[in-house]
Amino acid sequence: VRWEPIAPEPEPAGLRQSLHNLLDRQRLGVLSSVAGEQPYASLVAIAASPDLSRIYFATSRSTRKYANLEANPRAAMLIDNRSNQARDFRQAMAATATGRVEELTPGAEAAFGQFFTAKHPYLDDFISAPSTAKFCLRVKTYFVVNRFQNVMELHVDLKS
Amino acid sequence: MILRLDQIGPGLEDKVGGKALSLARLQQSGFKLPKAVCLPTGVYLDFLEQSGLKGKLFLELGRKRFADMRWEEIWDISLRIRSLFLRTPLPSALEVDLAQGLAAEFAERPVAVRSSAPGEDAARTSFAGLHDSYLNIEGGGSILEKVRLVWASLWSDRALLYRRELGLDPAKSAMAVVIQEILAGDSSGVAFSQNPLDPNQAVVEAVHGLNQGLVDGSVQPDRWIMRRQSGELLSHTPATREKAVMPVEGGVELRPLDQKLAGKAPIDQDQVHQVFTLNLKAEQLFGAPQDMEWTWGNNALHVLQSRNITSQADQDQDDSRIKYLGLTRSLENLRQLRQEINQELIPGMAEEARALAALNLAGLSDTQLAEEIERRQAIYGQWEAEYWRCCIPFAHGMRLFGQVYNDRLKPRDPYQFMRLLAGAGLISTVRNQNLQELTAMLRRDSDLKCLVEEGELPSPDHPFSRALAAFTGQYAGGAWAGEQLDMSAPQIARLALRLSRMEPAGPSQEESGVPELETAFFDAFPPEQMEQARELLQIGRDSYALRDNDNMYIGRVQGELLAAQAEGRKRLQHAMGERTPSLSGSQIVAALRGGTLDASGDEPDAPSRSQGAFRLMARQLVGQPAGQGVAVGKARVVLNSQDLFSFQAGEVLICDAVDPNMTFVVPLASAVVERRGGMLIHGAIIAREYGLPCVTGVPQVTELVKTGEMVTVDGHLGLVIVGPNRLEPA
Repeated sequence: VRWEPIAPEPEPAGLRQSLHNLLDRQRLGVLSSVAGEQPYASLVAIAASPDLSRIYFATSRSTRKYANLEANPRAAMLIDNRSNQARDFRQAMAATATGRVEELTPGAEAAFGQFFTAKHPYLDDFISAPSTAKFCLRVKTYFVVNRFQNVMELHVDLKS
Repeated sequence: MILRLDQIGPGLEDKVGGKALSLARLQQSGFKLPKAVCLPTGVYLDFLEQSGLKGKLFLELGRKRFADMRWEEIWDISLRIRSLFLRTPLPSALEVDLAQGLAAEFAERPVAVRSSAPGEDAARTSFAGLHDSYLNIEGGGSILEKVRLVWASLWSDRALLYRRELGLDPAKSAMAVVIQEILAGDSSGVAFSQNPLDPNQAVVEAVHGLNQGLVDGSVQPDRWIMRRQSGELLSHTPATREKAVMPVEGGVELRPLDQKLAGKAPIDQDQVHQVFTLNLKAEQLFGAPQDMEWTWGNNALHVLQSRNITSQADQDQDDSRIKYLGLTRSLENLRQLRQEINQELIPGMAEEARALAALNLAGLSDTQLAEEIERRQAIYGQWEAEYWRCCIPFAHGMRLFGQVYNDRLKPRDPYQFMRLLAGAGLISTVRNQNLQELTAMLRRDSDLKCLVEEGELPSPDHPFSRALAAFTGQYAGGAWAGEQLDMSAPQIARLALRLSRMEPAGPSQEESGVPELETAFFDAFPPEQMEQARELLQIGRDSYALRDNDNMYIGRVQGELLAAQAEGRKRLQHAMGERTPSLSGSQIVAALRGGTLDASGDEPDAPSRSQGAFRLMARQLVGQPAGQGVAVGKARVVLNSQDLFSFQAGEVLICDAVDPNMTFVVPLASAVVERRGGMLIHGAIIAREYGLPCVTGVPQVTELVKTGEMVTVDGHLGLVIVGPNRLEPA
């Protein structure tokens, strides 16, 4: 039989789980920073904390995005699972996280190692280089899009 | 690209489908059959890919979970997809290749264009009859148009619903097409090498002419029963031979049978035996009892197709397939339904509601009231059953008209046909016009308006009071959301007051251009089919109006049941206090009779909008565009009559299921949003009547949007956007 059963799909009630799966499986995200009036987008490796309140990434201190974030910590990150096929219009999911980034100080890097280094072991040289800055995006809101135009907001209420 | 039967072998089932594979096997084994070729699934897939249709299909299917779609929504998807297939031309290289190939095979000889979807005739997935076939088609261009329609039938509502029941993903389906020369046989029929009712018997059925009429049930066949083992004839049941399906230009037609043939069995005993023998030979070839279609032409017996008989184990599945086949209603059937609804159901329901309303409930003892509630429950149950039996199927009248309209005119907007149906005497719109007349009186007379604003009403002989009494007299008693609606004079006066503060409504844009559309519709038919076209349009219009009106009538019967229950609740109030509102009908009856009951009446918890440490908020919800335009306003989530009568001018009506009994608030609304989906449902119809933006089929909308939130309703794209556009800085 060539017919396959339909896979279950995310519902509003299961949205948090779907978002968790997305952040867990995707290795890369698109970081948006601003240079004054000018938005700027960059592809970065990511890892999220299991409670989804933080998204970790790293960049060299000599990059434009580093300069932008240093001047203005407001940022957004797009994470999606598109396959560049027509079926994306039915199946793909994207999440835009908005919030503020903070550079992790040498003493506060434990979580970074636990999540980011564990997810991207092949980036060990990059992570350990003295010129690499480790960042955390503290997420205020996720805007989750699926089915092409369906948009839900998840507001992170964590006080920590 | 075009496969001849001798090029099809085992292993190609996935590409050519069961029908083509079995024809190939029959031909390769020496059976005589009309010339046939197959357009494999690859041609369908190339068409989807090259024309861009594939992306559109994903967008159609992506709006919501297939499993969550109501039948009306699936019908809508099917309508739009059929329209896409009709309007999307074959890419020119593909068209040239196919036209040349088909011309080489068939020249201008008439053919049948039939579906052959992989899995279609496989044991566990019988799609027999769910996909379309077209007979007696001549010439490359016509054949290719029918090929597109056969492809589209993979997406018909019945085929989609059947796939959903089997848990199959329509996006993974594909369609092959068999093109077979038409042999205009003198007689045709079907044969079962094993009688499904008796394993020791075989059956042969035959009709004069083509066997289309036998297969779709419009021509009764002669039937012969034989002993399977010996071929001994056990019985011959002749038919009342009145009609036959004959080839006509561009198709086939059911015609009266001429007198000479009517007196004669379609085939003689020797021919019956030849059909029986051939059927058994096919059974040996396929290793299972066969259901074979055959025709007798050019003095020889030909097989048209042969497939395994559905086994007993598959009967359940067959039942649901047959259920979905029943989704298509013939014009004849619709005509009968209309007569029954107009002449029996509607007068019956109106009379019933009148008789029930005349009874003084307050004068009954508790025991009598308990009996009366039960009696009304039974009466309402009977009318509800009639409603499902007649009124729901009659809604197919709109659909049938819509499909014919789209097939003939191929309009860009697949719902253009609705404009020809609208404005056909809905009771709910007449009621709303009457309400507008009250409103106009308030607008004209500022003293009267001041009086009503202070919560007073003028004296009973004042024209406004008389008009108000006439209105409540005519429209009181309807039910909605499990309550009999309180259409009292003060309530209606307040509603009219709110309406009077709005700009008087102009004519709906729906009305313009209708005569032109009507002319274009009739112009698409040749003169000899004009009468049928007129009848189709009339059936469509009646179906459109009755769909709304029959709800009003059954709403009144239900209202009288709810009134009796409300009387019971009122009497129980002092004994049971707060719990009474949640008592069910049977609990009220038991309590009135003095019985004890478990009146725990648990209210389900309201769905939580919180997920752990996250607050979930809807930002943009997707439904179906069902009324053009964009509106911004405060949401009013209407779940009960209190919400309904609190409705303020300019608010967006957000509702689980719009019902004509409550649409008197629609003129106050700036837009309509409905959880239930479909283009032909009440919400969409009433929004169209008022030219309001409307989105239907938005899952969980009454839970995700709160009264008072600002919403933008985009009726072009089918979007409901919640909250302001400005992003708060992080």
